[in-house]
Amino acid sequence: MITALRKEFLLQWRTRAQAVAVFVFGATALLLFSFAIGPNSAALRQHAAGFLWLGLLLSSTLTLSESFLAEMENRAFEGLLLLPVSPRALYYGKAVANAIQLIVLGIALVPVMVVLYDAGTTEIPMLLLVIALGAAGISAPGTLYSAMTSQARAKQTLLPLLLFPLIVPVLLASVKATSLAILGDPMGQATSWILLLVAFNGIYWSLCGLLFDRVVED
Amino acid sequence: MLANHRFPKLPYALVALGALCLLAGSYLGLFVAPPEHYMGNVQRIMYVHVPTAWNDMLALTFAFFCAVMFLFKSDFKWDARMEAAIEVGILLAFLLCCQGAIWAKPTWGVWWDWDPRLTTTAVLLFAFAGILALRRFVDDPVKRGVWSAVATVIAYVDVPIVYYSVRWWNSLHQVQSSPSTVSSQFYLPLRLNAFGVLFLMTGFIMLRARIASRRLASELAPPPQELEGELV
Repeated sequence: MITALRKEFLLQWRTRAQAVAVFVFGATALLLFSFAIGPNSAALRQHAAGFLWLGLLLSSTLTLSESFLAEMENRAFEGLLLLPVSPRALYYGKAVANAIQLIVLGIALVPVMVVLYDAGTTEIPMLLLVIALGAAGISAPGTLYSAMTSQARAKQTLLPLLLFPLIVPVLLASVKATSLAILGDPMGQATSWILLLVAFNGIYWSLCGLLFDRVVED
Repeated sequence: MLANHRFPKLPYALVALGALCLLAGSYLGLFVAPPEHYMGNVQRIMYVHVPTAWNDMLALTFAFFCAVMFLFKSDFKWDARMEAAIEVGILLAFLLCCQGAIWAKPTWGVWWDWDPRLTTTAVLLFAFAGILALRRFVDDPVKRGVWSAVATVIAYVDVPIVYYSVRWWNSLHQVQSSPSTVSSQFYLPLRLNAFGVLFLMTGFIMLRARIASRRLASELAPPPQELEGELV
């Protein structure tokens, strides 16, 4: 699995222009969201967390749909499957790489959010935890679906179609927790949202790992 | 393996029986049962809404069961049943959203509300519609079966998580009633309609599974050689 992970990072490092492009895409999305609200700084601050996560979600479909592209070209994936490793290790390597990519993207988008929406926060560890859990929650099922849709027709449409309804709980919990970090949490609700994220991650990281064998077998 | 039907007429009988139950139940619900004290006649939509909800849960649970069976047994019989159950489940979920909206407008004053059950139904509708779309875009029957079964398992597991997360987020829906809190004049049409939808749904799933299994059989079978001469 570590080797698979190292391979992913090497690939991503070699195509770092792609990562920069995705970041610019996410930042553009954040900019566009503010036009939907208008120059009302109180309202923007109120909705900042939602915009951050929608931006991250839209960007995630770009990174996820690309994630199996390199393997599908030249049929390299079949070669990987022939290696004496379990497909599960390939899945976890890929999913962890996707999660880390999304976490970096999320952290990079936070300053954009702070500047555009005046949504600063002092609860940095809390924010980082939410971004890590949310990104992991998106990439666990996202990686599995990406493995399927990269071999299907209409892959660009199918991935969001399958992924978006599924990760409604992640989106809800991440937005709520981020919002509480920005706007203050007088009732101490953030913990229950974090627990929901942990539960979602626990379920899908194990379930998708189990199912991945069946998805890639021929 | 495929197209092996022991009771060829059974689904038609079920559909007829279901339609009869629905007619009787709806008659009782619309003309015999008294109007509800607070909501008046609007409440009568409950006689179709609640049975639809129960049966939608049943249909999708059956789809999940078929998906698991297909993943373990790799028998295409389960794939055909899963496709049928998902399609009927989507239809019922769509009806559920429409009935809910019709009921919500006069009662709550809005068409849509972000209540857990309503939102979960909508999310479910989109999640399973996505699986049907996936089935359309994969040509290899084996891959299509396995992938849509995997996606069905994943989507089904999501339902309770969506439900609880939305419940924490916002809540307004009616508290569920049980027969002990409802007068018999209310629950007789409800029961009749519930069985009506159940028979109708089972009949539809069986018929749809037949179509799916025939389609699969034609996909899996080699092209008929002797027909070529006739076509020319």
